[in-house]
Amino acid sequence: MYSVLIPTLSGNSMNTKIQQVCISDLWNWLETVVDPEIPVLTILDMGIVRRIEIRDNGQLTISDLEGRTNANVPVNPENARLLVFVTPTYTGCPAMNMIGAHIRLELAAHGFSDVTVREVLQPAWTTDWIPESARHKLREYGIAPPEQEARIERLLFSEVSVTCPRCQSRNTEKLAEYGSTACKALYRCKDCLEPFDYFKCH
Amino acid sequence: MRDFLLLLADNTQILGHRLGEWCGHGPELEIDMAMTNLALDLVGQSRNYYQYLAELEGKGRTEDDLAYLRDAREFRNCLLVEQPNGDFARTVARNFLFDSWHFFFLQALCNSNDERLAAIAAKSLKEVTYHLRWSSEWVIRLGDGTEESHRRIQDAFDHLWTYRGELLTPAPFETEAASAGYGVDLHSIKPLTEDKLADILYQATLRRPEDGWMQSGGKTGRHSEHLGYLLAEMQYVQRAYPNSVW
Repeated sequence: MYSVLIPTLSGNSMNTKIQQVCISDLWNWLETVVDPEIPVLTILDMGIVRRIEIRDNGQLTISDLEGRTNANVPVNPENARLLVFVTPTYTGCPAMNMIGAHIRLELAAHGFSDVTVREVLQPAWTTDWIPESARHKLREYGIAPPEQEARIERLLFSEVSVTCPRCQSRNTEKLAEYGSTACKALYRCKDCLEPFDYFKCH
Repeated sequence: MRDFLLLLADNTQILGHRLGEWCGHGPELEIDMAMTNLALDLVGQSRNYYQYLAELEGKGRTEDDLAYLRDAREFRNCLLVEQPNGDFARTVARNFLFDSWHFFFLQALCNSNDERLAAIAAKSLKEVTYHLRWSSEWVIRLGDGTEESHRRIQDAFDHLWTYRGELLTPAPFETEAASAGYGVDLHSIKPLTEDKLADILYQATLRRPEDGWMQSGGKTGRHSEHLGYLLAEMQYVQRAYPNSVW
């Protein structure tokens, strides 16, 4: 049911050991890890990685996804212990284990052997974190991005009008509340007649 | 805290398992996928509670030990969630009775003074909002549908009504949890769930069954015979091949 893309291991540990590595490199490498369910989005697009904590020779440095703080701080792959905080999209999402494994693989390819991936629930993940650039990628891929802000009161019984990602028509209808994954609903365009996935507000 | 966490974990685990039983048997492909997606959410939520409990215990037990190696008497779930799927109307009515309680329960649990519980509740609430929406829509569609669908969903509510009382009647450990500030005062959410129920039943042109004698006991480990059969299937692999792992 779930197609899995094994990421290409970019970089070569022999080379990177010689170069100076800093925190911005960690973020750039994580940028190559994609959501196995929606391979056009990276785990950073999705806001799944919240922050990285780096312990290097007793010194703790924290870098948040938001603003990628402390990006220029150097990191030594040989000593550094990395703690990567991720937040699940849905609690039962089967992609989370895979994403954790891909994070460790990607960082291992750059010489980091001490990497722990830890789940955090607070603040709860929301589709509001998906930036416009990623929404554009979703449309190109044929998935309609979330149409409004994720507010619980509004989600209940409010019908949203969803734009067809293929022909941009707003003349669409919902076929099923749950689509190919928990995060998507199934819609149909009444103009171009194509069915499509809609990424639900969450 | 232990029993309260088990109540939350077992409710979601057992209902998740029941919905999983529909996999491959749904009346339509879309409904089949919806029910298994609901199951996935619920089992995911139960894992959060089991993991938390395992950490609090500190006895080296894991979430898997808690789900697979306890007997029926040690389960704290409400009787409602262990009731068999029956026909699709029975499943929809069971889910709606649960969701219309679960939604308001989680809203209240977001204010728990236990940070971890509040975080799990906030996360779960987003998912359960869609669960309530899904089951409400189906109650309306079946109730306000054909003569047969109306009869079947009405029968389902009549049959399951006796299990509804337990959702809103606190067990001693829930009263303790509410007064300690980490639990939920069930009296405070009762009017909210009653309103939701009345509204949806009205839209569905269904009759609210009479409140009569209500079943109870699940929360203190006295279950209907159905739970034993459910566990026999759910726990089969761990019981037959102890300590096997993926």
